[in-house]
Amino acid sequence: MATTAAAPPYVATREASNTGLWSWITTVDHKRIGALYLVTALIFFLIGGIEAEIIRLQLMQPNGTVVSAYTYNELFTMHGTTMIFLAVMPLSAAFFNFLVPLQIGARDVAFPRLNAFSYWVFLFGGLFINASWLLHAAPDGGWFGYAPLTTMQFNPGLNIDFWVLGIQILGVSSLAAAFNFITTIINMRAPGMQLMRMPMFTWMAFIVQFLLILAFPVITIALVFLQFDRFFGTQFYELAAGADPLLWQHLFWIFGHPEVYILILPAFGLVSEVLPTFSGKPLFGYPVMVYSGMLIAFLGFGVWAHHMFAVGMGPIADSVFGVTTLLIGIPTGVKIFNWIFTMWGGNVRFTVAAKFAIALIALFTIGGISGVMHASPPADLQQTDSYFVVAHFHYVLFGGSMMGIFAGIYYYYPKITGRLMSEKLGNWHFWLTFIGMNLTFFPMHFSGLAGMPRRIYRYDAGQGFTTYNEISSWGAYILAVATLFFVWNFVRSRKRGAVAGHNPWNAPSLEWSIPSPPPDYNYAVIPTVSSRYPLWDHKGAVVEFHEGEPIKTARELGIPMPFPTIKPLFTALFMTLMFTGLLFIHKNNWPMAYTFMFGGAAGMVASLYSWLLSPLE
Amino acid sequence: MANPAAAIEHHGHTPTTTGLDHRKVAIWAFIGSECMLFASLISTYLIYKGRSVTGPFPHEVCSPPVCDHVMKPILNIPVTSVSTFVLLMSSLAMVLALAAVENADKPKHSLSEKILGSSKLWLFMTALLGTTFLGFQAFEFTSFVHEGLTIRTNLFGSSFFTLTGFHGAHVTAGVLWLVTLLAIDIRRGLKPKDAVIVDIAALYWHFVDVVWIAIFTLVYLIH
Repeated sequence: MATTAAAPPYVATREASNTGLWSWITTVDHKRIGALYLVTALIFFLIGGIEAEIIRLQLMQPNGTVVSAYTYNELFTMHGTTMIFLAVMPLSAAFFNFLVPLQIGARDVAFPRLNAFSYWVFLFGGLFINASWLLHAAPDGGWFGYAPLTTMQFNPGLNIDFWVLGIQILGVSSLAAAFNFITTIINMRAPGMQLMRMPMFTWMAFIVQFLLILAFPVITIALVFLQFDRFFGTQFYELAAGADPLLWQHLFWIFGHPEVYILILPAFGLVSEVLPTFSGKPLFGYPVMVYSGMLIAFLGFGVWAHHMFAVGMGPIADSVFGVTTLLIGIPTGVKIFNWIFTMWGGNVRFTVAAKFAIALIALFTIGGISGVMHASPPADLQQTDSYFVVAHFHYVLFGGSMMGIFAGIYYYYPKITGRLMSEKLGNWHFWLTFIGMNLTFFPMHFSGLAGMPRRIYRYDAGQGFTTYNEISSWGAYILAVATLFFVWNFVRSRKRGAVAGHNPWNAPSLEWSIPSPPPDYNYAVIPTVSSRYPLWDHKGAVVEFHEGEPIKTARELGIPMPFPTIKPLFTALFMTLMFTGLLFIHKNNWPMAYTFMFGGAAGMVASLYSWLLSPLE
Repeated sequence: MANPAAAIEHHGHTPTTTGLDHRKVAIWAFIGSECMLFASLISTYLIYKGRSVTGPFPHEVCSPPVCDHVMKPILNIPVTSVSTFVLLMSSLAMVLALAAVENADKPKHSLSEKILGSSKLWLFMTALLGTTFLGFQAFEFTSFVHEGLTIRTNLFGSSFFTLTGFHGAHVTAGVLWLVTLLAIDIRRGLKPKDAVIVDIAALYWHFVDVVWIAIFTLVYLIH
């Protein structure tokens, strides 16, 4: 970092090669890192989906015999952990990476190499946590990992160690990325791109980064306590020593509830891009959409204990958290109505992206309503830890986040690859997903209210759960088929999709003014913005690309580009090895533990210095 | 909106929206995040205060039958007051180091101007005072262990060592950062255009100091 301030005038010493494995490993281009995030997270999404399918296979019949109780615990824990930390968060990160610089008219993020580092840490963290399957020691304490149940006393295997360390590693990735995007959005906007002219996705991304930097440190500390309890014999969660049995729950949910908004707000942002384009109308109530996003994020820090009504916090705490939770329904409802009013009177084009966006409005509303139901402590006591809650959060996370992300993928695929995804296969994907999703999760409301608890691997034939579970399982199989259509469409359109052109949807924001896929420098001339919808208003100085125009290279234009570098990858790799060392403490293999921890730390510091002391461009 | 042309003149590199260097914006975001980290540690310490079922305790004597033998209160406030003073003085040295880098180009005539304007001296002093603080902490930790308090002894031990240990780790990282800056200064000399890299280190250093003031007040001074 020290020498970057004295960057020499541009001398083209090396030009980044744009093809081959090496170019991907050493890339610092935000668009390529976004693509890496997208593909990696989709693979993890498939893995998490397979875990879900096995769960549904086990529960399809009473007294299922597909997996053991132990494996079942591993499956639901890894399903949740994978979908949250390795699928939805990085899928959102894929869009942050690809879109934020494009939408604000920048050439890259503020710290391109830190961005590469975030990706590699995410990849290694995901591999680390999944490596536990090879030892049949996958995490089995739930995605929430409640201590003291996850302390050595109750869970002596390696399972929880993999989980604790894996989440710590992934936290580094999210935090590094969040500092990067906050700086990018504050400091790299094109002339005239005032905050209140930013596209709604960038706004939601901006808000989410603040949630990340404020919520993640809390789980970091909760995990440090657990790590220390497990490895070094501290007593943070040791009840016999006087520890508070709720310490973990409070710390976890102070992180965990903002995390819910970390998962949903990016999808809200994507839908707020898709709906105006396909309605041919500006977003209804833009400022209110911004403020409601902020209010959701702000209130999101004051509702964590609604996850804990069942522990008996007393009437005052229950009432306060119940009320703040109900309050969040207001800004969320505002968003729902604003999307509907955006479509109202518009000339709606029902593309696959638009269908997914509209599905989000409908399905998220169902999940939102059941959420308001368990905001009431007495109602929650009936619903908590039952399948009703499983139905609720799958409506908001699958019906909300994933539908929004699918809308974003169909909408932005042509910008990312230059080719359109097939609408025909996309329609198959959409309708099968929509039907399968509702078949899977709607019956869970009923099985939950009928008393079926979460996280059980078996139920009896006479308990009245059989029919609901059978329907849920058939729904899950339909979802699997739907996902196959998606994967086929995603892979095949890369080479065989129709050529998209720079603005296939007649969209209004800056990213659609440049070629698809964008050149590595994004904007040959940094645009000057004077409205929220520059390509519709034709105001400001925005150069729209003309199809067939030759695209110049960065060198021809004299634009300095950052050098590709492998140093962030090494830093991430050594950091992961350092964390791996802690696993050996568990086995009392101190020589190996020291080798990995000190070797990893030394390698990490060395690569970090080498990275910071070499010039960016 | 900042005028980009003016920003170039001021900072000599790529214009930014706010006119601030990217690194300066990022360090503030980082400090915001660190606040939550220390808030979690400090809250846990305070929640667990007085909940230990066995001694030694921070401010109270532990006598049988709670403890096997009489154990004195563990915290040594006079010694820690000295180390707190040392750390606060390091912030002063840090301010002088930054001022020296910002004014590196100005001619210096008198001896006092030369001393005050030596970034190498003040970076070294900051690192030295930081290291002294760490020495005090090492002494404190060792003597606590001798008096029978380890990280495993009781809730107080667990939460105290983890909180102050995290702070100590932050000071250690800061010292490494300062030594790196000192090495750059010795090799090629830090000029006013490099002020931002000293500025962000200074912001971090002052933050770590402020956290210590909170810890010293809440853990040591308040019974």
